[in-house]
Amino acid sequence: METLLNDFSPGLFVVSTILLLALIGLMVKFAWKPILNSLEERESGIEDALAAAENARKEMQNLQADNERLVKEARAERDAMMKEARDIRDKMIAEAKEDAKEVTTKLIENAQESIQQEKQAALAELKKNVAELSIGIAETVIKKELSSKKDQLKLVEETLKHVTLN
Amino acid sequence: MKIAQKTIKFLTIAMVAFFTATTFASGTDKKHDDQNDGGRVNTKEEVEAYILHHIKDSHDFSLFSYTGDNGERHHFGFPLPIILWTSEGLVTFMSSEFHHNDDGHVIVEKKGLKFAKVHSKIYELDQSASSISFDETHHPTNAHKVLDFSITKSVVGILFIGLLLLFWFSRLAKQYKTKKVPTGFARVLEPLVIYVRDEIAKPNIGEKHYRRFTGYLLTVFFFIWVLNLLGLTPFGFNVTGQLAVTACLAIFTLVIYTVSGTKGYWMHMVWMPGVPVLIRPVLAIIELAGALLIKPFSLLVRLFANISAGHIVVMSLIAIMFTLKESLGVVGATGLSLVLSFFITLIEVLVAFLQAYIFTMLSALFIGMAVEDHDEHH
Amino acid sequence: MYNLIGAGLIVIGAGIGLGQIGGKAMEGIARQPEATGKIQTAMIIIAALLEGLAFGALFLGK
Repeated sequence: METLLNDFSPGLFVVSTILLLALIGLMVKFAWKPILNSLEERESGIEDALAAAENARKEMQNLQADNERLVKEARAERDAMMKEARDIRDKMIAEAKEDAKEVTTKLIENAQESIQQEKQAALAELKKNVAELSIGIAETVIKKELSSKKDQLKLVEETLKHVTLN
Repeated sequence: MKIAQKTIKFLTIAMVAFFTATTFASGTDKKHDDQNDGGRVNTKEEVEAYILHHIKDSHDFSLFSYTGDNGERHHFGFPLPIILWTSEGLVTFMSSEFHHNDDGHVIVEKKGLKFAKVHSKIYELDQSASSISFDETHHPTNAHKVLDFSITKSVVGILFIGLLLLFWFSRLAKQYKTKKVPTGFARVLEPLVIYVRDEIAKPNIGEKHYRRFTGYLLTVFFFIWVLNLLGLTPFGFNVTGQLAVTACLAIFTLVIYTVSGTKGYWMHMVWMPGVPVLIRPVLAIIELAGALLIKPFSLLVRLFANISAGHIVVMSLIAIMFTLKESLGVVGATGLSLVLSFFITLIEVLVAFLQAYIFTMLSALFIGMAVEDHDEHH
Repeated sequence: MYNLIGAGLIVIGAGIGLGQIGGKAMEGIARQPEATGKIQTAMIIIAALLEGLAFGALFLGK
């Protein structure tokens, strides 16, 4: 303690106090104030920029979500439309098939009907022909002046030979 | 930038010119006795004396000295002005008038007063005395100390570092006017400033109040750090190892936290709430002693002791060169000394930063304790 | 002479204290590596206080 106190120089203490006071004053005025102010300014600038970037990112995200939503909606709509179209197509095909069936049945019916009619007409003509033929035969038989019974039968047979029942 | 470079060049040239001029001015001294010619170091005792001399402040700036062929002692360096406040008022003269004598043999007469320098202290001799005499504990008997406001080596160091810091940081401040990010050397300084602000000031003082004290903490941090580093250069500065300087720094911190202490801080110190009334005065004494004596004392002693111890260790290791010359041979002793002092110097570089950090940190802590808001929750 | 013995005692005490501080800090860091910064700061402060005490005692004896 004693040697320490002996080493302590009051003069140096006073001088260094004055110098340090001056140094602190000058440093605060010319160095630290401007430095710290600009540092703070820069830091707040950086913070603002970061916040702005974050906002932009969020906005981007929102936009992207919107886009995705729109795309999804559009896809759904397209799907719906396609389904509808397919339905319509199926329906149309079915209808067409139905119509075609109807038409064919009708046609077949008509054909059958006309066949029937033709048949009737043919039968009627046949009957008429048969009648005419029988009249002709009878005419011929009568014309031939039948002398004998035998001849008469022969004639009938001959005539019948010529007639083919169609 | 260009101008700054030119300034540095100019300063260097001016410095060199000054050095050479003063070197030749104070050149050679015809010395009186050969025993004590200041600076000759060979034996163990001389090494010890030299180290003890070195860690003290000195009144002249000597770089090196050697003995010439004709037995003369040559000193290289320059004298510094001595400013004394004596019984006759202010006395000034140059330290060269003591002719590098440090044991009181050279008496300088000014204004009818006689002065002698003993172990880097200047004594004023009593009127009747013509030469200084000592008692058995080597205290002068017929002389007394005077107030010594000299521009000593430490003051030169403080001035030099002060100007350097001002130059560096005002340049850094100027750079912000033109650009966002500083370039060159200022770029090294900027993260240090941010470090002190964010790692020392902010967490210890608190977000609310730190702004007021950051300037002081930054100044003290860089002041101590750069002076510590300067002490490791061969110029032999030992500014932060001067009790006066560290005491000055510690008292600054003391004044700051005493002045800025809040009401709650003083309440807690003088009349602790939540403690039995009878114990309160005892606590108050302890707390007051802690705040006003122990805290600054530990601050000043820590810095002083660490730096002085570092200097003593480094110099002792360098002195191995002489002290172990006989037992290890010249090469062995020099090699051992070089290796050891190299590594210890590396550690000292670390200590230089650590001590600056601790001083600033504890200052911030004490200030933080004084300004924090005491909620009435206990 | 007595000064030196006292100094030795102080150094022993301070050494034990510093060892405790450093060791416990290391344990703490090993247990919680993410708290390294805080532990280091606290460690340095306590070490500095101890150092101040030790130096104070040393110089009172010198």
